[in-house]
Amino acid sequence: MIRNPKDLKRYTAQERANHWVVGISFILLAISGLAFFHPAFWPMTQLFGGGVWARILHPFLGVLMALSFLSIFFRFRSLNVMTPTDREWLSRAKEMVDGNDHDMPEQGKYNGGQKMMFWALALCMLLLMVSGVLLWRAYFGFPVELVRFGAVIHAATAAVMIALIMVHIYAAIWVKGTVRAMWYGTVTRAWAKQHHRAWYRQVTGK
Amino acid sequence: MALQSLDIARRSATTTPPPAVRETTEVAKLIDVSTCIGCKACQAACMEWNDIRDEVGTNSGVYDNPADLTAKSWTVMRYAEVEEKGRLEWLIRKDGCMHCADPGCLKACPAPGAIIQYANGIVDFHQENCIGCGYCITGCPFNIPRISKEDSKAYKCSLCSDRVAVGQAPACAKVCPTGAIQFGSKEQMKDYADKRIGDLKSRGYDKAGLYDPQGVGGTHVMYVLHHADRPELYKGLPNDPGISPLVSLWKGFAKPLANVALAAVALGSLFHYVTKGPNEVSKELEDELEKEDAQ
Ligand code: HEM
Ligand code: SF4
Ligand code: SF4
Repeated sequence: MIRNPKDLKRYTAQERANHWVVGISFILLAISGLAFFHPAFWPMTQLFGGGVWARILHPFLGVLMALSFLSIFFRFRSLNVMTPTDREWLSRAKEMVDGNDHDMPEQGKYNGGQKMMFWALALCMLLLMVSGVLLWRAYFGFPVELVRFGAVIHAATAAVMIALIMVHIYAAIWVKGTVRAMWYGTVTRAWAKQHHRAWYRQVTGK
Repeated sequence: MALQSLDIARRSATTTPPPAVRETTEVAKLIDVSTCIGCKACQAACMEWNDIRDEVGTNSGVYDNPADLTAKSWTVMRYAEVEEKGRLEWLIRKDGCMHCADPGCLKACPAPGAIIQYANGIVDFHQENCIGCGYCITGCPFNIPRISKEDSKAYKCSLCSDRVAVGQAPACAKVCPTGAIQFGSKEQMKDYADKRIGDLKSRGYDKAGLYDPQGVGGTHVMYVLHHADRPELYKGLPNDPGISPLVSLWKGFAKPLANVALAAVALGSLFHYVTKGPNEVSKELEDELEKEDAQ
C-alpha cells in the first residue's frame, strides 16, 4: 500500500524478505538454543515438538540463518563502512539514548550505532556458525577439547547476540516510523530528515 | 533404569532438589587389575544381563575386541604391553564408566532427568529423557558415553543399577572367575584394596595403589593398579582427571548471570520506553515538509 507517493523507498522487497528469513530463523534459534542453555528455558522445547526435535532442528536452522545472513552481509556491507562522522555520533550516543537527537551529527543511511550493530552481528554470526559446527555431534566428531571450547564460545556468543538483537528490535520500536521499513519498505520524508538527514539529502536531492 | 526414585542425589538440568528422603550406603566396584586375566567374562556378562548384542566386528590384530566402547558395548577390556625393568608386563584394564562422585556428564547434560546420580553413587542415564545432543561426551573426563547411531540416545555402563537396587552385585562382578571385580560399600572396597596393595608392595610393586581420583570427587568404580604413579600406562587411564575448566566455565555461574543480563536488557528497554517515551518524528519537520508540498 502506498500511503503517500512522496514516501521514500528504504528497502526493496528482496531485502525485506531476506531480512525476515534471517529474523525468523534467529528467533527460532534463540528459543531452541536457550532451552539447552539453561533449565529455566527448557519448556520452550515444546514449541518444536520436544527436546529431541529442538536438538535436531536447531543446527539446520543455524545453517539457513548463516546462509541468509551472508546474503544480507554482502547487500549492506558497503553501506556500513565507518566514517569520522559516525565516530562523532557514537561519542555522543548518550544524547540519542536520552531522546535528544535533534542536533546530533547528520547521518547517512545508517548511523554509527547501526553500523556497530552490523559488524558486531556479523562477528557473532561467524563465531556461532563455526562453534555450532563443532557442537554438531550428529554429523561431526571433533576432538573433545575443541568441542568444549566450541561450547563455551557458542553459549557466550549466543547470549551476547540475543542481547544485541533485543537492542536492535527495541531501537526499531522506539524510533517511531521505523518498523514499516521492514513491512513494506518505505519511510516518511520527515522520518528520514530527522534521523538520517544525509541520506535524505542524497535521495531527495534537497 | 527408572527403578529407584526416593534416593536421588542429583538430576541433570534441574535446579530444585530431587526426591532424596531415602538414604542408602555409598557403593563401589573395585577392579583389581593385578588379578585380572583378561578373559572377558565380564564383557559377556554385561551383554547378557543388559540383553544387548553389539555387531560382530573384525579382529584388528590385538586382543581388544570390540576395539572401543560403543552404545552396545558398555565395558571393554583394554590390553597394554609395557616394558618395566626389562620385563614385559601385560596390563589389562576393564574400561567403562567410573561413576564419578562429581560427574561431568551430568553437569553438561541439558535435558532434565536424562542423567541421574543415586545416593549410592551410581550415575545412570535415563534414555527416555535423552535428546541425543552428546553434551555428556563433552563433559566426561573419561571419554565414556556413546550415542547410538540407531536411536540417537546416549548409553554407558549403569553399574547394573537395576541389580544393585535389589541387593545384587553388578553382573560383571558376579561372573569374574578370579575375583578381580569386587562389589560392596565404598568403605569395604577401600579396605579390600588396602590388603591387595599391601600384597603387591610385598611382591616388589612399591608404587602399587588405589585409583580413586579426587579430581572428580572420587569414583564408584575404582582400580587397584600395580603402577598407581603412572595410570596412563593402562591404555591412557587419565593421571589426574577432573571436569575440564572449559566445561565448568560453560556450565558454571556464568549461565545464571547471562540469564540475569538478558532479563536486564529486556526490562531496561521497557523502562527506557516508559521513562524517556518514544522517539517520535517531530511535528515541526512534518509541518515543514507539508508546507514545501503546498508550494
Ligand atoms: C549459525 C549456525 C548455528 C549452528 C550450526 C548451531 C549449532 C548448535 C548445536 C549443534 C548446538 C548443540 C545442540 C544441538 O545439537 O542442537 C547448539 C546449541 C546452542 N545454540 Fe546454536 N547453532 C547456530 C546458531 C545459533 C544462534 C544464532 C543462536 C542464538 C541466538 C544459538 C544459540 C544456541 C544456544 C544458546 C545453545 C545452547 C548452548 C549451551 O548448551 O550452553 N545458536 N547450537
Ligand atoms: S566416567 Fe564419564 S560418564 Fe561415567 S560418571 Fe564419570 S563423567 Fe559420567
Ligand atoms: S546425549 Fe547425553 S547430554 Fe545429551 S540429553 Fe542425552 S544424556 Fe543428556
